[in-house]
Amino acid sequence: MALTGLQIYKLLPQTNCKECGFPTCLAFAMKLAQKGTELANCPYVSDEAKASLDAASAPPIRLVAIGAGERAFEVGNEVVLFRHEKTFYHQPGLVVRVKADDPKIVELTARMVSSYAVERVGMSLRLDGIAIEDSGGGAAAFAAAVAVARSAAPGLPLVLMSTDPAAVGAALDEAGADRPLVHAATAANWQAMAELAKKHSCPLAVRAESGDLTALADLAAQVQDAGVDDIVLDPGTSDPAGMLAAFTQLRRLALKKNYRPLGFPIIAFVGAGSAEEQAAMAAEAITKYAGVIVLDGFEPALIYALMTLRQNVYTDPQKPIQMEPKLYEVGAPTASSPLLITTNFSLTYFTVSGEIEASGVPVWLLVADADGMSVLTAWAAGKFDAEKIAKTVTASGLGGKLKHHKLVLPGYVAGLSGEVEEELAGWEILVGPREAVEIPNYLKSVWKAD
Amino acid sequence: MTELEIPVEKWSGAVRLVTLGATGDGGTRTSTVTVGGETTLPFLHFEGQIPNAPVVAAEVVDMHPADWSPALLEALGDDTRDPAAWARKMVGLGADLISLKLRSTHPDQGDRSAADAVATVKSVLAAVGVPLIVYGPGVVDKDNEVLVAVADATKGERLALATCEDKNYRTIVAAALGNGHLIVAQTPIDVNLAKQLNILISDMGLSLDRMLMDPTTGAVGYGVEYTYSVMERLRLAALMGDGMTQQPMICSVGEESWRQKESRVADGVPESWGEYATRAVVWEVTTATALLHAGADILVVRHPRSIAQVQRSIAALMKGV
Ligand code: SF4
Repeated sequence: MALTGLQIYKLLPQTNCKECGFPTCLAFAMKLAQKGTELANCPYVSDEAKASLDAASAPPIRLVAIGAGERAFEVGNEVVLFRHEKTFYHQPGLVVRVKADDPKIVELTARMVSSYAVERVGMSLRLDGIAIEDSGGGAAAFAAAVAVARSAAPGLPLVLMSTDPAAVGAALDEAGADRPLVHAATAANWQAMAELAKKHSCPLAVRAESGDLTALADLAAQVQDAGVDDIVLDPGTSDPAGMLAAFTQLRRLALKKNYRPLGFPIIAFVGAGSAEEQAAMAAEAITKYAGVIVLDGFEPALIYALMTLRQNVYTDPQKPIQMEPKLYEVGAPTASSPLLITTNFSLTYFTVSGEIEASGVPVWLLVADADGMSVLTAWAAGKFDAEKIAKTVTASGLGGKLKHHKLVLPGYVAGLSGEVEEELAGWEILVGPREAVEIPNYLKSVWKAD
Repeated sequence: MTELEIPVEKWSGAVRLVTLGATGDGGTRTSTVTVGGETTLPFLHFEGQIPNAPVVAAEVVDMHPADWSPALLEALGDDTRDPAAWARKMVGLGADLISLKLRSTHPDQGDRSAADAVATVKSVLAAVGVPLIVYGPGVVDKDNEVLVAVADATKGERLALATCEDKNYRTIVAAALGNGHLIVAQTPIDVNLAKQLNILISDMGLSLDRMLMDPTTGAVGYGVEYTYSVMERLRLAALMGDGMTQQPMICSVGEESWRQKESRVADGVPESWGEYATRAVVWEVTTATALLHAGADILVVRHPRSIAQVQRSIAALMKGV
C-alpha cells in the first residue's frame, strides 16, 4: 500500500538540508507521495527507511517481465478487479505451445508465431511468445528444441515447460540470457528450479495442484526466500470453474488483502480442445485475470479473435480508442456513392461502418475529429457542430471528386442541417437515420444520387 | 503455513428469478426455463448460490435469411425455409429455448401482416416444447402491431416479447400484462438508462419477475468491452441490493457477432484472420463467453457449433456446485 506524505516524512532524516532540491524534508516527502520525485534524490536516507519505503511502494501484484529485448512483455501490476473501476493495464501475453520432440515442428511453429501480426483499429497485434514443452526426451533433446526455436525466431520470448531441473538447466545454458519464463517449480523440484532461475535471473512459474492456493503460497514464498523475485503463479487448474475460482481468489487476495506471497501474475493453460473450446477457455482467462495464456497450437482464426478480445478488454474505459479523423472508403465507393459523416469515437465508427458494410452499398464515410466522442455526446459538448462538419467536408476535398454534392448527417443532429447548408455553399444536406441499424435501409431505399 | 483466508464478499442482493414458458393455464410448453437467482458474481460457487445455470437460446427467423453469412446458412441447411422445422432442429442441437425473429413483418422485408406473424408463432409453438422469445421486426409501429397480436393470440404461454425500448414500451408492456407474457427491456449500453426503463415498466404494473433486460450487445471487436462493463456494473449493483438492476440479462450474441465482417467474409481478407469457418464460430463463442463472465443469463446464438460449445462451457462452469 502506498504511504502518505506524513508516513514517508517520519522515515526521512528530518534535517531539512535541502540537498534533494526541496526546502524541507516534509516538502520532499509530500512530492514523493505523489510520485513527483524519487527517493534516490535524498542522499541521507537510511537503508532501513529505504527498505520499508520500497516494500510499501511495491505494487500488490508484481510487474514481471518475460523475455529480453524488443519483444519482451510485462504482466502484472494490476490494481482493480473490474475494468470499469480504473482499467486493466498489462494485457496477458498470448503464447503458443509446441512439444519439443519434433524439431521440424518446433522450427515451423516458432517461425509462424514470430511473424504473425494482425492489424486492428490501427494497431498491429502480435503473439508474445512460444512455449516449448519437454516431451521427456532428456535434457539434451529439450535444450536442442529450445535452440531450434531461438534460431528460428530470434528475440521471441520463450516459456520453458519442464519439471526436470536437468532439462531446464540445459535449456537455460542455451537461452538463459533471453529471460525465458521457466515453468514450473513444484513441491518436488523447487529448490533446484529456484537455483536455476536465480542463476540466470529468469522469471519462474510455481505450480500447485488443482487450485490449492495454500500450497501455491508456500511454494511462492519458498522460491522467493531462495532469491527469485520474478514469480508467476500456476494454481494447477485445468477446468473453467476451477480456473475462475482460483484466478478470482488470487486477484482478490493480492488486491484486497495485499497478500504478498500471492502478489504475482498468473499463467493459464487453455487445454488441447477444439478451436472453439480453446476460445472459451482463453476468453475466460482474458476477462478474468490471466497474465500469460498458453494456447495449444498455432491457429490464426482463434488467435485473431482472442487478440481482438484482449485489445477490447484492456482498452482504458476512460480513454476509448479513437479513430483517425479522415475519409474512409467502405466498399469501393465511386463518384456517385453516398457521403456520410460521423464522429471519431471508435465504437461509433465501427457500428456505422459495420452497417454500411452489411448493406452492400459502397459509401464514403467521413470521420470528423470530435475528441473521440459519440455523435450525441460530441454534439452536446460542441465538438460536432455545423462549423466542424463544414470544415471536415471542405478539408476532405470531396467537393471536386463527387458527382453529387450531398452530405448525409446522422439523424441525431438533424437540427444542424440548416446551419450546415449555410456553411457549405453548393451542398445539399440530407438527414440520415438516428440509429446505425437503420443505415442499410436508408442507403437502399431512401438515398438517391440525383 | 496455515490455511489461506479467501476473501468472500457478503452480497445483500440477488438476481430476480424469471420463468419463461408455461405448461398450464393457457401455456402449452412441455418444459419451462427459469433464470436468475444468483447471489454472487458469475460462477463463483465458493461465494454464493447459482441456482439456475445460464441458458442458450437459438435464433430462428420467420423467413429464409438469404443475407446471412454463408458459413451459417451452410451449417443450418434447408430448415431455414421453415421456422417450425428450424426451431425443432435447434432444440435437437441442444438449445434451451428459441428466439424467434418476425423479420418478414418488417416493411422492407415483405411487410407481412400481424395475422401471418401469429400463424408463424403458433407453428413454432406447435413444433417445439421449449419456451419462446419473440422479436418484432425492430420498427416501432410494426413491433407494436405484431407483438400485440401475437400476445393476444398466445395468452398464457409466458412468451418473452422483445423488445421494449423507451419509445415503445407502453403498448408491448400492456400486451404482456393482459396476456400473462414477459418482456425484454432493451437500452443502449448504459446502466442508468437500463434502470430507468425497468422503473418505467414496473410502474405500469408489470411484476419484476416478468422482465428481462437487454443491455445491448457488442461483438468482439465491435464494442464488446462496453457491453461487458455495463453488465458487470449492473450485476454488481444487483448484488449490492439495487432492486431495479436485478433483472436477468439477455444478450443477442449471434446477431451482433454474425453481422461483422470477420464472420461474413471468407475471401479477400488478411491471411492472418485465419480459416473462415473456424473464425466465424470462434467469434461467436468468444463474444458469448466474455458476456457469460459479465453476467449473461440468456445467450442468443446462431451456429450449431456455438450452441454446443456454449452449452459445454456453461456445464463446466456450473460444476463446482
Ligand atoms: S535531502 Fe533528504 S534530508 Fe535533506 S532535505 Fe531533502 S529529504 Fe531532507
